[in-house]
Amino acid sequence: MSHALPEIVVIGGSAGSFPVVSKLIEQLPETFSFALILVMHRQKSGLSEMDKVLSLNKYTKVIEPNDKDQIVPNQIYLAPQNYHLLVENDRTFSLDYSETIHYSRPSIDPTFESVADVYGQQAVGLLLSGSNTDGARGLAHLVQMGGKAFIQDPSLSEFSIMPLTGLKQVPEATLINPSEIINCLFSL
Amino acid sequence: MNEWIDILPEQIDDIIQLIREQYGYDFGDYSRASFTRRVKHCMQAASVKTIYDLQHHLLNEPSFFNWFLQTLTVNVTEMFRDPLFYKALRETVIPRLASYPIIKIWHAGCATGEEVFSMAILLKEAGLLERTRIYATDLNPANLEKARKGIMPLNAMKEYTANYIRSGGMEEFSSYYEAKRDHVILDSSLLKNVLFSQHNLVTDQVFNEFQLICCRNVLIYFNKTLQNRVLHLFYDSLVPLGYMALGMKESLLFMDVRPKFDSIKDDAKIFRRKN
Repeated sequence: MSHALPEIVVIGGSAGSFPVVSKLIEQLPETFSFALILVMHRQKSGLSEMDKVLSLNKYTKVIEPNDKDQIVPNQIYLAPQNYHLLVENDRTFSLDYSETIHYSRPSIDPTFESVADVYGQQAVGLLLSGSNTDGARGLAHLVQMGGKAFIQDPSLSEFSIMPLTGLKQVPEATLINPSEIINCLFSL
Repeated sequence: MNEWIDILPEQIDDIIQLIREQYGYDFGDYSRASFTRRVKHCMQAASVKTIYDLQHHLLNEPSFFNWFLQTLTVNVTEMFRDPLFYKALRETVIPRLASYPIIKIWHAGCATGEEVFSMAILLKEAGLLERTRIYATDLNPANLEKARKGIMPLNAMKEYTANYIRSGGMEEFSSYYEAKRDHVILDSSLLKNVLFSQHNLVTDQVFNEFQLICCRNVLIYFNKTLQNRVLHLFYDSLVPLGYMALGMKESLLFMDVRPKFDSIKDDAKIFRRKN
């Protein structure tokens, strides 16, 4: 293990990312040293039980944080329906109900951006499958602030627009095979 | 694609100080993460490239400031957002409000009024609208102006109708508004007892006593210090056993007013002031 363990890992995904995220959650070990944030494109209204559906790990439940909840390691957080998810300097969440971005709320860009501003080099961003251009710009900012970027290999993505856009804006990102995400996160 | 705007934390402090000194609005205890995003949003929308240019505009052009204020605050809202909340209001809170001869409700941070309109419909359906006074306040004069007119985009009605039905509404939703070309106008009789006025949660004080205060998705834009202060203001503005409704992801958990409230419905974030 290297000296700079990530403090936070943010995963953004849209169409086609659900199975990838599900698999990853299932494989997570009992303890991990980072906080994991998931920003998944999801319907804005209507009953959603995504947090329950994604609670596939036998040790750790998926939580939709409340505003100003403390961000702690070894937790899986899911951006709540119909809010953008931001982080504050004191390592708390802030929710934001402003305009949709890329037709989405939650949108991936604002979470990447604000995590980058607060965590800098301690942040890892991973952009998954999707048919939308969300996430690329935020991932670029995350890299600019010293964080590490990963993108699901477009050729191994069910929908490649999101990873391709990401790659175009963040050419230095590491391409990753979905089956290797778990290993990759633990060998940083 | 908009250009990326980089702002240092100190520069945000400078903007906050400028607005405070020049215009009297204090954003110092707003959530820094969302406030910074809003400043960038304004700069992009106005094609202002640097923070120095922004300061220049703010200092020298009051009309620019008016636009900035309107764009800085988040004014997104919808009718019957979170239908389960309105269902709980309809079933649990409103029947109890009926025992007061005059019902007084405060919508704090009402934006363009959609939640106020929803409340008025609930009260009308409960037969209580005539003896209710709704005080709807917002920081932003432009929002209030819009709210008073009761104008909403036509294309939002499909979603609002679905929300209304899920909240337990039994009437024909379209009977509450008149459709024009691309917008609708709310039935003005619904707003007869609504008083829209400017109120700043940061600086203004208790101005009346209420049996219900609705403040949903407003506190998320504040830091914990300001959240605490505003919750005390709400406590002081409520009658004993008065109700308070917050947004679905807002919590009293870390607030020092917590022991002064009972949670009436956890999943709808409805609280009640203790005696």
